[in-house]
Amino acid sequence: MTEINLDNKSVRELNEKLQSASSGDKFSVTNTGGKHAVSVGLISAVNVDINGHVGYYCAGMNQQAKIKINGNAGPGLAENMMSGEVRVTGNASQYAAATAHGGLLVIEGDASSRCGISMKGVNIVVGGNIGHMSAFMAQSGCLVVCGDAGDALGDSIYETKIYVRGKVKSLGADCIEKEMRDEHQKELKQLLKQSRMSYGVDEFRRYGSARKLYNFDIDQVDDY
Amino acid sequence: MCGIVGLFIKNPILESQLGELIAPMLSEMTERGPDSAGIAVYRDPNDKGCKITVLAENLDFDWSVLEESLKDSFALKKIMVTQNHAVLTLDSAISEVQDWLNENWRELSVTSAGTNIEIFKGIGNPADFIEQFDIKSMSGTHALGHTRMATESAITTEHSHPFSTGQDLCLVHNGSLSNHNRLRETLRRSGVQFKTDNDSEVAAGYLSWRLSEGDDLDQALNHAIDDLDGFYTFAIGTRDGFAVMRDPIGCKPAIMAETDDWAAMSSEYRAIATLPGAENARIWEPEPTQIYSWKRS
Repeated sequence: MTEINLDNKSVRELNEKLQSASSGDKFSVTNTGGKHAVSVGLISAVNVDINGHVGYYCAGMNQQAKIKINGNAGPGLAENMMSGEVRVTGNASQYAAATAHGGLLVIEGDASSRCGISMKGVNIVVGGNIGHMSAFMAQSGCLVVCGDAGDALGDSIYETKIYVRGKVKSLGADCIEKEMRDEHQKELKQLLKQSRMSYGVDEFRRYGSARKLYNFDIDQVDDY
Repeated sequence: MCGIVGLFIKNPILESQLGELIAPMLSEMTERGPDSAGIAVYRDPNDKGCKITVLAENLDFDWSVLEESLKDSFALKKIMVTQNHAVLTLDSAISEVQDWLNENWRELSVTSAGTNIEIFKGIGNPADFIEQFDIKSMSGTHALGHTRMATESAITTEHSHPFSTGQDLCLVHNGSLSNHNRLRETLRRSGVQFKTDNDSEVAAGYLSWRLSEGDDLDQALNHAIDDLDGFYTFAIGTRDGFAVMRDPIGCKPAIMAETDDWAAMSSEYRAIATLPGAENARIWEPEPTQIYSWKRS
């Protein structure tokens, strides 16, 4: 385990070290003090424990690495993540996992607005609630919410499966409640297990795309 | 982009350290606003009279002439000069002094008026501002600070925050308003005066107007949600504390934290991280359109 203290090292030095590490290497980062862009652009299966709160864009563009933040994360957590796993023990601010293509993001607390905006294949599991406009224009992947969802969930959604255990304040344009079939139950069960959330799949409802907004309809040609 | 910080002291022992605690918070927000900085500090109440902060255009302004002239007309207790600002402490009615200043000292502008509030602001790097105004030595009950990255209007001291919105009230703003020109004209017709073309000054003027129409602060802020178009995180200083509100979209960041000793808000956690005990504070993000406030009981 290599310990990196951000009181003595710059974020650039930290990121260079993490980006050049080999798979299996373990790191612990301390004195984060809400700094921005901590542990970004990692490309190998390293383990990083971040002890403290982080600012903007933590774990951005992550590939393969397993990153755990023991604290809260600021805006843009795991933005454009490609693979690997990012876990936050506290809350995450706006647009967590925006545009992320793959991997798993687990937020044990609440996520703020625009969680999973334009998500493109990532799986997101939130232990608490999520804010308004989450999964806006979501394209692929799963968003699991163990608490409640805010206004305009899944607005202008393309394809993404949204599972919510609690209440949904309102659904966005073209987002509807959908039937929970066996394959969805199986998928959700797997995600809950992977993220270590102890809820039953029966407690969740599924939401997704009505597929009316993004499909061209020949009957409406005169409208354009 | 701009940076906002606010600190409310709960444990009176820390009141003597208010400046020492808020200076690093302001400094931490330099990257969000390197153009100018400002602070509103609530201290040394003059309950029987008033305190007025005035701003001169230049550093070489001769304050002794103002002092003599004030002594002739009012019960002046003290004049404290810092850089191109002066805090006037008088045992006189606030409106009389303000009218007199407007009439006789047009080269001065009033940045704050009340019994507790003092507002200081200047252009340039926040670190220089902190030095020049000796922010670290300030004591008080609470303070709000702002670092500005100008997007809507010029970089001058008068365009800097905080803006006075009434007696012992001030506003700092992170964001931009898109209907400020029309709203300014509407407010001017209702008698609100503006010194600059700054969008945040319109928000301050709007709140002043609502308060003068009989709203309390919560009502004024709720009306602002309907009438202001744009992005904003507002922090509003009051005699007894401060309030925070974000726009309905919640685009602009804000984070709040509280311990037994203090309550704080900022644009980013890293400013709060400078406070003692921050790592164990209760931390949360304010919900859009909800008003959060602290005040002395």
